[in-house]
Amino acid sequence: MGQTLAEKILSLHAGRLVKSGEFVVVDVDGSMASDTTAPLAIKAFKDMGGQRIHDPQHTWLVIDHAAPAPNERIGNLHELMRRFSREQGNMLYDVGAGICHQLMIDNAHVRPGQLFIGADSHTCSYGALGAFATGVGSTDLAAVWRTGKIWLKVPQTIKVEVRGVLKPGVQAKDLTLFLVGQLGISGATYQAIEFCGSGIESLDLGGRFTLANMAIEMGAKVGLVHPAGLKLPYPFTPLTADPDADYVQHLIYDIDRLKPQLSAPGSPDDVHQLQDYAGTPISYAFIGSCVNGRLEDLHTAARVLRDAHIAPGVRLVIAPASRDIFLRALDDGTVAELTRAGATFLPSGCGPCVGTHAGVPGDGETVISTANRNFKGRMGNPRARVFLGAPSAVAAAARTGQITDPTPFLES
Amino acid sequence: MSSILKGQAHVYGDDVDTDRIIPGKYTKTLDLQSLAAHVLEDLDPDFRGRMATGDMVVGGDNFGCGSSREQAPLALKTAGVSVVIARYFARIFYRNAINVGLPAIEVPDLQASTGDLLSVDLSRGVVSNLSQGTEHRAQAMPEMMMAILSAGGLVEYLRQHGDYPPTAQPRDTL
Repeated sequence: MGQTLAEKILSLHAGRLVKSGEFVVVDVDGSMASDTTAPLAIKAFKDMGGQRIHDPQHTWLVIDHAAPAPNERIGNLHELMRRFSREQGNMLYDVGAGICHQLMIDNAHVRPGQLFIGADSHTCSYGALGAFATGVGSTDLAAVWRTGKIWLKVPQTIKVEVRGVLKPGVQAKDLTLFLVGQLGISGATYQAIEFCGSGIESLDLGGRFTLANMAIEMGAKVGLVHPAGLKLPYPFTPLTADPDADYVQHLIYDIDRLKPQLSAPGSPDDVHQLQDYAGTPISYAFIGSCVNGRLEDLHTAARVLRDAHIAPGVRLVIAPASRDIFLRALDDGTVAELTRAGATFLPSGCGPCVGTHAGVPGDGETVISTANRNFKGRMGNPRARVFLGAPSAVAAAARTGQITDPTPFLES
Repeated sequence: MSSILKGQAHVYGDDVDTDRIIPGKYTKTLDLQSLAAHVLEDLDPDFRGRMATGDMVVGGDNFGCGSSREQAPLALKTAGVSVVIARYFARIFYRNAINVGLPAIEVPDLQASTGDLLSVDLSRGVVSNLSQGTEHRAQAMPEMMMAILSAGGLVEYLRQHGDYPPTAQPRDTL
């Protein structure tokens, strides 16, 4: 019996052939923590007797979740991270550099076939590259710093085959939300997902990033995207599953007729056709987060808002996923275009997604966001409602003041 | 860690996410008491006032889904919750709970209502509902997790052992 991609990568790291269900202790190629998780990890590292971190060259700390610091408590946690990084010699990305996941991928800190551990649940994003990357909590990460290793159960794999091509104006995020709705928030708990098929091969790196990012919203440990069609700015050896690999499920979806999707307030897997909510008034639109804060997302928003202004009574808040993306959007005029249309730019980082600082909604507000979570209270106010959609859908809602099919704006 | 725990159940539904266990806006802190002060705030605002030390939180499917924040089990543990029981847990929450020394056990067929008195025998893997007179078996916990929990958490485990075992045991046993 052949191996799934997850079994193959873990076998390479375990130094022996492993099958799903086995427990392994494996060497980690790289690790990352943010300002939500690093402070507790630093404390746990010291409490477990840690003195020097195992591999400072492949350890990154990122200040992105509440950056710049909104108060002295968080300011002091950021200082703790800076001090620790100076002592240990690991690289620190400070305020405004961007979201951890965008930085790890764009700066090639994680590469295909690697085993990467991040103290953030959306670390599964690096499955876009074919890396076995998964999220853990602070103490597990501290143990990686201490030992260079992690224990894992080799997961079973669900194969998700996507056939066809997205219609013009329908985005990778629509496909991603559709799949989250199909699998459900716990659909792949303790399991890996492999995404493959013609509908995946046509996705660019950004689209694959969006898809792999929300594997955790399908409950998965990792979401590995098959490498066919993957283009990276450095040479790499694509790893694929064996043709006779053993899958726990094989799901097939045809996406030729897929329409824009929306996740309704409360849980990311409450996914509907956007059309079902057309006309719902919104007062706050957010573009950003680790799932959709990239240059192409800003370009999409600018196209939808071209020669227009956001509706009266609506605010559009944008947090580019990295300083580099922000710079490129400045250079090509996108920032000016969106600002003229009424958008407000925040520093690169997680922005309002996790409700810690800038951009908390008020009571009773309806928000539409490109982020990946809309649990009650997620954006900092349990009395606000948050819809999740593609960048096109968020920009179209900002333009009209209500949930609106964005495809006509993208056809012209 | 005493292996038999007794406490009142607080029963919730499926898919209790980490935002409802501890909202993200409270997570940026090393002050564990401040986490405990807001535990389950958006799920059950009266929980903190009503609960007693040793009480148990009971969820359904997929308890703890969402973010990787270890602050979620830390908030429950610091508030005095002795054990979390669910049909099954979201993966990261499950690891985090054990890593911080909060027993988390998977019981597929538990019948319990809020206010029931439960008794949990961790070493035997049995949950008794003393109010309803029923007994339920817990799923076996992976050996590695049992070793970490027995040590009191991953910090204590690594303080004692310095490293993981060369190869974790391939079999599940409780």
